[in-house]
Amino acid sequence: MPGTPYTRGLRGLLAALAVTVLALVAGAGAATAADVPFPMVPKAAAGTQCVEEPGFMRTNHMKLLTHQRDDTVRRGIRTTQHSLQGCIDCHAVNDAAGKAVSHESSEHFCVACHEYAAVQPDCFQCHTSLPSGQSGGQAAR
Amino acid sequence: MSDDRTNSETTRRDLLKVGAAAVAAGTLAPGITLIAPAQARAPHEAASPKQRWGLLIDATKCVEGCTKCVTACNEEMGLPDHDRAATDPQYIRIVTVRDPETSHSKQLPVMCQHCENPPCVDVCPTTASFKRADGIVLVDRHRCIGCRYCMMACPYKARSFAHEVSTDQKPHNPRGKGCVESCTLCAHRVDAGRDPACVEICPTGAMLFGDLNDPDSAISRKVKEVSTATIRGDLGTKPGVRYVGL
Repeated sequence: MPGTPYTRGLRGLLAALAVTVLALVAGAGAATAADVPFPMVPKAAAGTQCVEEPGFMRTNHMKLLTHQRDDTVRRGIRTTQHSLQGCIDCHAVNDAAGKAVSHESSEHFCVACHEYAAVQPDCFQCHTSLPSGQSGGQAAR
Repeated sequence: MSDDRTNSETTRRDLLKVGAAAVAAGTLAPGITLIAPAQARAPHEAASPKQRWGLLIDATKCVEGCTKCVTACNEEMGLPDHDRAATDPQYIRIVTVRDPETSHSKQLPVMCQHCENPPCVDVCPTTASFKRADGIVLVDRHRCIGCRYCMMACPYKARSFAHEVSTDQKPHNPRGKGCVESCTLCAHRVDAGRDPACVEICPTGAMLFGDLNDPDSAISRKVKEVSTATIRGDLGTKPGVRYVGL
């Protein structure tokens, strides 16, 4: 997987084999590196700095989020360093009309990568996938 | 030795903090302040058992037909209206009680009573129902499996089940289909030093929020001064929500 340089052992070996086989198959059709699908990860809001190194975030964001959620819900700790809403605010993707897209769109920051990795995040069954100020308005009575 | 030093340092820091809070609150003279010192914790501080958040509701001030607290709650928490009364979520319900002998009736808001001994927590098979250190009873939706045992255990009928898919939640109140939910005493506002939305909106000031553990808080002084009662006090749940004129 791109951005995961730490694959080890059997899984790593299998992945390497799979890549080799894929490359051989693709090579038969005279393909170049540009043909290998890669997630189009949207850029974060200009002028913002990620809370951790991007490489670390790619590997560990789920651990940070899980830790943060238990701290917040069960202990009432309200730091925003690793909050899901913080991620969403910086990584919001706007559509042509300038409105942020929800997780139902493949262009959403989280979804873009998760679709590629075929891992379904459950966060948005409950959490809003829209940045602060653009969520929680329509359904409220 | 090192423990002693740590303790004394903490005390000094706390003193400084109290001093800063007094300045921020506009001290008129020693001991007299314009506004009560801010109750907000620092964001990195966990909820503490030093506090016991409570609500005092004056049923005699609750105006018949008024549902402003319910509306404010629905708005604050992003609760949807599907026009299906049986299954739409309710964090606050307006209950009308009537004395059959005198026909006297009055209405009062009933929400999660934030019990000291919460039956919902006792029965939860996944520890999703829990009582926070400061007495706020919550549902951890990350653990809730939607069995609704807590709804059956609650003597106040305070909990709702999310029957419908949610799409437009408030960031501070994530909610989704298949989980139980209830009044959080606006934990997100309380953590920021604000009153719950229902208390803030009440036009007659019938609701008072504060720390029952702090003898100087307005709510503590009031419960000491006037006769208050809890709903179904006989059950021994020791609610954090108390009523005047019940």
